[in-house]
Amino acid sequence: MIPNLTLAIVAGVLIACGVYLITERSLSRILVGVAVMSNGINLLFLVAAGPAGMPAIIGMFPADQMSDPLPQAMVLTAIVITMAVSAFVITMAYRSFQLNGHDEVSDDVEDARIRALAERDDVSASFEEIRFSDTGDDVVSE
Amino acid sequence: MLLTLIGLHLALAVVSPLVSRVLGRNAFFVMALLPAASFVWAVVQAPAILGGGAYRESLPWIPQLGVSLTMRVGLVQWVLTLIVTGIGALILIYCRWYFEKGSTRCLGLLTAFAGAMLGLVTTDDLIVLYVFWELTTVFSYLLIGYDSSRRANRSAALTALIVTTTGGLAMLVGIVSLGFQAGTFSIEGVLASPPVGTAATVAALLMLVGAISKSALAPFHFWLPGAMAAPTPVSAYLHAAAMVKAGIYLVAVLAPTFSTVPLWRPAVTILGATTMILGGWRSLRQTDLKLLLAYGTVSQLGFITLLTGLGTQAAALAGLAMTITHALFKSSLFLTVGVIDHSTGTRDLRQLSGLGRQLPGLATTAALAAASMAGVPPLLGFISKEAALESVVYLATTGDGTGILPAPAVLVVLALVLGSAFTMAYSLRFWWGAFAVKPGSPASELHHAPAPGFMSAPMVLGALCLVGGFLGPQLTAVLKPYADAVPTGEPGHGLALWHGITAPLLLSVVALTAGLVMFWKRSSIGRIQATFPKVKGADEFYKSTMRSIDWLAVEITARVQRGSLASYLSTALSVLVIAVGGTLLLTTQWPQVRLYDTIAQPLVGIVMIAAAIALISSRGRVRAVLTLGITGYGTALLFFLHGAPDLALTQVLVESVTLLVFLLVLRSLPKYFTNRPLQSSRWWRMLLAVAVGATITGVTLVSAGARTATPISAGLETAAYEFGYGTNIVNVILVDTRAWDTLGEISVLIIAATGVASLIFLRTRRHRVRREAAVSAGASPTNQPGTWLRGSQWLNAASRSLIFEVVTRLLFGVMMVISVYVLIAGHNLPGGGFAGGLIAGLALFIRYLAAGTKELDDAAPVDAGLVLGIGFAVAGLSALLPAAFGGRIFQSFDITLHVPWLEAVATPWGPVNLLGDIHLVSSTIFDVGVYLVVVGVLLDLVRSLGSGIDTHEAEHIAPLPRPESTRAIAASARRRRR
Repeated sequence: MIPNLTLAIVAGVLIACGVYLITERSLSRILVGVAVMSNGINLLFLVAAGPAGMPAIIGMFPADQMSDPLPQAMVLTAIVITMAVSAFVITMAYRSFQLNGHDEVSDDVEDARIRALAERDDVSASFEEIRFSDTGDDVVSE
Repeated sequence: MLLTLIGLHLALAVVSPLVSRVLGRNAFFVMALLPAASFVWAVVQAPAILGGGAYRESLPWIPQLGVSLTMRVGLVQWVLTLIVTGIGALILIYCRWYFEKGSTRCLGLLTAFAGAMLGLVTTDDLIVLYVFWELTTVFSYLLIGYDSSRRANRSAALTALIVTTTGGLAMLVGIVSLGFQAGTFSIEGVLASPPVGTAATVAALLMLVGAISKSALAPFHFWLPGAMAAPTPVSAYLHAAAMVKAGIYLVAVLAPTFSTVPLWRPAVTILGATTMILGGWRSLRQTDLKLLLAYGTVSQLGFITLLTGLGTQAAALAGLAMTITHALFKSSLFLTVGVIDHSTGTRDLRQLSGLGRQLPGLATTAALAAASMAGVPPLLGFISKEAALESVVYLATTGDGTGILPAPAVLVVLALVLGSAFTMAYSLRFWWGAFAVKPGSPASELHHAPAPGFMSAPMVLGALCLVGGFLGPQLTAVLKPYADAVPTGEPGHGLALWHGITAPLLLSVVALTAGLVMFWKRSSIGRIQATFPKVKGADEFYKSTMRSIDWLAVEITARVQRGSLASYLSTALSVLVIAVGGTLLLTTQWPQVRLYDTIAQPLVGIVMIAAAIALISSRGRVRAVLTLGITGYGTALLFFLHGAPDLALTQVLVESVTLLVFLLVLRSLPKYFTNRPLQSSRWWRMLLAVAVGATITGVTLVSAGARTATPISAGLETAAYEFGYGTNIVNVILVDTRAWDTLGEISVLIIAATGVASLIFLRTRRHRVRREAAVSAGASPTNQPGTWLRGSQWLNAASRSLIFEVVTRLLFGVMMVISVYVLIAGHNLPGGGFAGGLIAGLALFIRYLAAGTKELDDAAPVDAGLVLGIGFAVAGLSALLPAAFGGRIFQSFDITLHVPWLEAVATPWGPVNLLGDIHLVSSTIFDVGVYLVVVGVLLDLVRSLGSGIDTHEAEHIAPLPRPESTRAIAASARRRRR
């Protein structure tokens, strides 16, 4: 199969732009990145579908001129899901503004605590030193 | 019968809370019935077993792996069964008095443990053995940690679990290896034709590791004293009589066959002797009676493992006899400590004094048990120990067929004598500590006199130690077949009180005398012990290992789990670039490419690329959304150019909805994105982005170019019509071929829409309807006659647009009709449920945009949740419907409606065809469901993000963008300010 260069390049550029945006902190910008990226990914399906052709409608066009319908069905599913998920994420951004006044995806506080532990060469908070001494003084009665 | 008994144990354990609720503490009696019944069952089997037979029972379990619930009770199993069930019954009876209340957990766990232990010692399948083995470990963990509020319990339980399961895992490896080499997991089968070679040796040694960890031999011994944190009956049963014997049982079963493998005998003798001395030595300095016994147990377990593992006839007999003996005296002594602890509130031997006078009966039987432990004639312990000493004397004099050299053999004898001396010393120390009158100490007070029933179990067990002493010949007769089956060594003289003046007797006398001296000079011994250097023991090693593991986990987590979304994504994408992109660099054969299919493709592409570049450089939200829209519409055009009209149609509709949704939300967000924290990493991100994009383009070209196979969809152009009855193949794929996928997709849509609604309304969708009524109650409609849209009457006149209202009025009905047409026609022409639903939803959006909330409610006076639910139900039912008529789920049927009298209606102008043949396909019903779901989703979106945010603004809880800032005033701050 001979792939279509134009589509592959356009898809690559859209995905690159998406990558640049999703490594941001602002949730709305990340969302825009995901959206542009999924446009690019949907184009990849066209590359996989082979050469352009006629719509895959039986009786209207000869079968050997039709474009491959299977990738199209997959993309159709993807498009609608992306819409619904985008709506959800933009609402999350709205909610974040409503609660915090910004929509920055902040770093996990718990992980920062673990990093602090590691810097101190310490064990985790849930670690419990095994305590039953060999002499047995406090084995049973504590 | 046996499997039934085991099953009953586990079943009764499950219902034990109910039994306990009804009967209270007497529930222990009920539970004791099961081990007692099992004991009786075992006794009934005696003639068959003693006649050299075996009891067998089998139930298939996993035939594919050759694993079955096969039970085989031979002599060793029978002896262990008697110990486990007999002592189990006595201990459950004892528990009736030991536990005050709230002991339901111990009740169930002890019963379950008894069942698991019974299974462990009777199964013939190594895998089943492992299952029961670990079940006992788990129950032991739960019983030791019964009081999880105390740190000692938690530590001890966890230690016991980790140490024994580590050994258990080693054993599992050994089992699997041995089973595969022997071609069977049956113990009987493996022993009948044992595999040989290095792999078999390793397997046998790995099983030995499991055994010594379970039986608390050095270097694993440290978990057992810790386990004394468990309630005393638990210690008596699990950590003296039964569970720790599991390792010895395994050794006893394996040793006759595998004691000849390299390293087995050295390991068993060195570890056994070391453990015996170590345990005895440490036991001498304990002041807690229970700990004293625990170290004594460690010592005895070393001793017994040495005997059973040696693999000579005399030692095998002595080992089995010692197993019985130890179970009797040690459980008796533990239970005695339990009574003392219960009645006086302490088990510190420095505080106890004069108890012997107050509890003479208990003191007597404890004396019997302690004497049996020490090996004093005429008790059971004496005759067993005699046999043991005899077996090692054989070893020292002739090697007894083991090939052990004389010097090490003598060392073993010396070690056993020294260990026995320690045993004598700590036995005396125990009895003295528990019952003797100590000068200077006040006599201990009994808080309450122990009930006779409470003392019955230890007294019965203690008395048995005495009775057993006189049953030497009978016991020999019972155990001899096991010893005779051992191929190595000469038979011992059996168990008896008097063999004449023999070397073992002399050694016994030496040991007893030395023990007596040690007890007499106990304060000097204490001083001597104090001078020994403190060495880091295995427990220290265990502790530091556990600490290191936790430390390592923290270090790794700190490095791997940065907690930053950007860094996770960068990591994942870098891996993509390095791994996949790296492979690209090694690609030798790049495919031919087509530049484009039509010249329009690159033209659209250039616009899209420009829009995408504008998108990443835009700081304003609206600009970003609009440029994103350009890439979206461009994508639709490319779809169209490719011959995918369905995609193009859906993409255009979706892009419009997305744009509207974004704009609805953006009205209450600040104008500009925040740029601040990631300015620094900008160039790095750009590099990564370019690398990822290049990788994706390259991979796509190479992989698509490498394709030689016919597309899987070939043939669909006929199948779609034959099975799906539709000519639009894409739609047939969606509603028939891949209908499950579509069903999953609409589920995602429902979830996302519900998520949106819940983020805005927080509680229920219904809640909001009342809210709106309240909000609009204040504003009265302007009530101008002849408006185009009724809802606009509630709007501020300045925000109304007449043209928009007129257009909406005209457009809405048309759009709804088109949407239904697209839905129905979609099976044969571009369209379908998704496109139709999107059109209808957009019509609702337009109504809202033209005249606000009221208008939307006018247009769709239903709850979005209802539409979603009905749509999903329709889709689901249409999937199931064919099954009701004998078809498969999601199978399509077609019906052709033929209405003759409408086809040619006679009119004055000739016959007119009012209705042609209607060709209906059942999957259209599924598409109707999809349509309804999509309408529901869009209604939910516009209700939430349109009306919902309107309401927020009216209530001053929407975020308020700060002027000249990328931040907004949060709702809480706004509320405070008001």
